[in-house]
Amino acid sequence: MASSSSSNTYNSPCAACKFLRRKCMPGCIFAPYFPPEEPHKFANVHKIFGASNVTKLLNELLPHQREDAVNSLAYEAEARVRDPVYGCVGAISYLQRQVHRLQKELDAANADLVHYGLSTSTPGNVVDLVFQPQPLPLQPLNPVYRLSGASPVMTQQPRGTGGSYGTFLPWNNGHDQQGGNM
Amino acid sequence: MNPKRCAACRYLRRRCPKDCVFSPYFPPNNPEKFACVHRIYGAGNVSKMLQQLPVQTRAEVVESLCFEATCRIEDPVYGCVGIISLLQTQIQKTENLLARTQAEIAVAQTKHSQNQHSEFM
Repeated sequence: MASSSSSNTYNSPCAACKFLRRKCMPGCIFAPYFPPEEPHKFANVHKIFGASNVTKLLNELLPHQREDAVNSLAYEAEARVRDPVYGCVGAISYLQRQVHRLQKELDAANADLVHYGLSTSTPGNVVDLVFQPQPLPLQPLNPVYRLSGASPVMTQQPRGTGGSYGTFLPWNNGHDQQGGNM
Repeated sequence: MNPKRCAACRYLRRRCPKDCVFSPYFPPNNPEKFACVHRIYGAGNVSKMLQQLPVQTRAEVVESLCFEATCRIEDPVYGCVGIISLLQTQIQKTENLLARTQAEIAVAQTKHSQNQHSEFM
């Protein structure tokens, strides 16, 4: 019996079809992304988003975008299962506070450096000693994310381009999309 | 029945009962809020999530769901996880910069104390 790369006519059903107690047909949209060895992945996604919503989302994407989409949905679903009130937003708030704290530390360090620069070097090269943060692609959500009534502030967000966050995806363990290490 | 249906019941084209789980959080003057949450999660899933949580937390739940749903509509591939990735990258870059700055401060401090020492000699 011939089997295509995405069919499960001979192999065990994908985690989604197993969960949904249905036959895993060739071309099952879930099969490439929900292997039977990871039942919790689909269980979480199903609990939060529902199978039909996930199907709709995936059908609106190009095939090469779907793996990252499923992984991000699984990440959000797991975050929501762990923290039913805030989900991923809790992580975003925490990271925003870290960014804010680090920026303050950097500003203080730069002020110290200017102080030493003024007392140890001629005025001309003080500027060279002060490290300015390089322009970053995203301004922090400013102010810290407000959970009541705020709409998300997303500047320079690419729209569904996929692959624009290649440097640091939570499921890549710090490897960038080009295969390098962080 | 509520005299004015909440945005959810209006969207779902049904009566809005007095104890509607959605009505405190989806006022009729903001139909986009429910539309966005419904598009990503579905009314049934949102209702289940709200019913499983204490009443005092539900407003925050709705706001966070709304935020995540909006992120997902804006970026169907990464949703709000894209924001997390960017923040993590920003943190790493700032940490590296801070480490460099602190190293430069240490060098400058050493030079400063050497200069002071040589002035006394």
